[in-house]
Amino acid sequence: MVNPYALPAVLAVTAVTVVIGAYGLRLARSTSDLLVASRTVSPRWNAAAISGEYLSAASFLGVAGLVLKEGVDMLWYPVGFAAGYLALLLFVAAPLRRSGAFTLPDFCELRLGSTRMRKLSAVFVIFIGWLYLVPQFQGAGLTLQTVMGWPYYVGSLLVAAVVTGNVALGGMRSITFVQAFQYWLKLTALAVPVIFLLLHWQAQGRPEVTPPTGNTFLATTTVHFDAPAVLTVTTPTTVTVAPSSTPRLLQPGKHTFAAGSDVTFPAGATVPQVSGTPDATGWLHPGTVPGGLFATYSLIFATFLGTMGLPHVLVRFYTNPDGAAARRTTLVVLGLVGLFYLFPTLYGVLGRVYAPALMLTGDTDAVVLVLPGLALGHGLAGQLLGALVAAGGFAAFLSSSSGLLTSVAGVFSTDVLGRGSVVDFRRGALIGGLVPFILSLTVAALDVSMVVGLAFAVAASSFCPLLVLGIWWRGLTDVGAMAGILVGGGGAAVAVLLTFLGYTGDGLLATLLHYPGAWTVPLAFTVMVGVSLATRRRVPSTVGLTMLRLHAPEALRPRAL
Amino acid sequence: MTQMTQPPPAPGRVRIVLAEVARGRPTSTEFAEQSPVGDALLRGLVRTQLAHALRFTAIVLVGLGGLPLLFALVPSAANARPLGIVLPWLLLGVASFPFLYGVGALFVRLAERTEQEFTDLIERPEQ
Repeated sequence: MVNPYALPAVLAVTAVTVVIGAYGLRLARSTSDLLVASRTVSPRWNAAAISGEYLSAASFLGVAGLVLKEGVDMLWYPVGFAAGYLALLLFVAAPLRRSGAFTLPDFCELRLGSTRMRKLSAVFVIFIGWLYLVPQFQGAGLTLQTVMGWPYYVGSLLVAAVVTGNVALGGMRSITFVQAFQYWLKLTALAVPVIFLLLHWQAQGRPEVTPPTGNTFLATTTVHFDAPAVLTVTTPTTVTVAPSSTPRLLQPGKHTFAAGSDVTFPAGATVPQVSGTPDATGWLHPGTVPGGLFATYSLIFATFLGTMGLPHVLVRFYTNPDGAAARRTTLVVLGLVGLFYLFPTLYGVLGRVYAPALMLTGDTDAVVLVLPGLALGHGLAGQLLGALVAAGGFAAFLSSSSGLLTSVAGVFSTDVLGRGSVVDFRRGALIGGLVPFILSLTVAALDVSMVVGLAFAVAASSFCPLLVLGIWWRGLTDVGAMAGILVGGGGAAVAVLLTFLGYTGDGLLATLLHYPGAWTVPLAFTVMVGVSLATRRRVPSTVGLTMLRLHAPEALRPRAL
Repeated sequence: MTQMTQPPPAPGRVRIVLAEVARGRPTSTEFAEQSPVGDALLRGLVRTQLAHALRFTAIVLVGLGGLPLLFALVPSAANARPLGIVLPWLLLGVASFPFLYGVGALFVRLAERTEQEFTDLIERPEQ
């Protein structure tokens, strides 16, 4: 059923983004303006903008979806997404701001004095940026498909076009305001509906999330299977399978439905279990994720250490006035992001009660979007709240992709196309937006959070060791850094591409490829340290001065820095 | 490239006498100009800040990173239901976020105090 308020809400968010972008446009004059807002952004705006930029489709839609599908083990995603900012605070925030570099490639050149290293890091910035942009466009397609019934590509195209235009014309100054606004919109869009949902759940006498006899359909529900599905039925259930209208009794046991089936379950029927998803006990208790402890620790490695290596996150730190402000900003971000992550879990949990059909189809990424309508009915309240979450979702896609695209376009303009002129930046934005848009249409529809998790794994295995060792260890050499990035980051990138191309094996190899973090991160660190020690003679002679620049409090800095 | 193939200057050992520093040697200039004394002071600052960062990392590694292992080894912890909510849900879904913020807030205070004390030490020669 189409929600009449959803489209106006989505268009309003998009229009506000464009209008504030246009307001910023008048202020954007030089490339420095475009890239880092000339470092005049106040810390409060900056922290809200960082959070607004960071909370993407993966956080807004994906976390709730994964919690609904897989249960408690998936909470490591939001915990890791937040903890990444603590790692950033502990090891990177202040020194990176003091380095004065604009982008990751700038940092490489400044610390290691190597142009080749600069080019290599540019390649990884673009790879990670694209990997992370794809799920944003996916999320936009899914949202308009869910709330409007429109074809998947419409939402992807809308977000890709708006973001590319906005970034190409306005750059980062404009999106600082947009993204600060979008943090609060996203928080409101999840927090307000969840209050109504919890009150409704309370008023209904708190139906159990995992009843011992299994969840039941609250209303007559028709489930459309896009892919063949094997359902395990526990109690005899009478269903109808379109086009036939004669009821069919499913006895306890396994039943296979072909792709394209429409199966209608009566109200009160027990929800069958889909093969490959955990049962109620497995959902409720940890340790059931495929891949076991190794997968959990891989996720922890990737998310805790990946945040600092995300290009769009780092570029924001250059807008702080000094190192101490960068630290405080990071702390505020940690608070804002942590506050936000209290809510997606509740959607995932309540989804078991009110949106069990999603567990059958696997379209769990839509749970945030459909829950208000399913729980509160299609009256005014349900529709308005449904429109609010759709608008919040669009805020998430727009803000994250703006930040990502700004970084990708910046690197394109300075390291691939030319020397960073405004025209190069605009051409970079066009290329940077087009490629992930095409990918979002062609790549298999993986879970949004999974794709983002893989982007984190690549970042954690490439830029995390580069930053941590580059900032804290004088012995890092250009050759060591390149070797570490090629082996660790390259390993993670190959694993991601194989997962993207649909490699689904089982056993140890599949676990290693689907959850690369736990082996690629230590590998990257080891190679980087080992090769640096072997090429000790290549430590830049200026490393002492660089260390001074990175670590000396501003009050003691020589004027020349 | 030629500049990079040269070996880095040997660090060497430097005695720093705080009394001397306090008596009015122009330390802030030395610090900025990377004299042996200045370099040694900087190495000390970096080492202190890194030690803080690693200590806080250890707290998070034990406090959060130990949870999957704990749940795997002690099933009763994974099944406990304080406040009617299964413990892992409560710890990961709610408690982890204030915990991370608290660790971060303590670190910021410590890092700022370290820098302040360091700045005071260097700038004292004015007396």
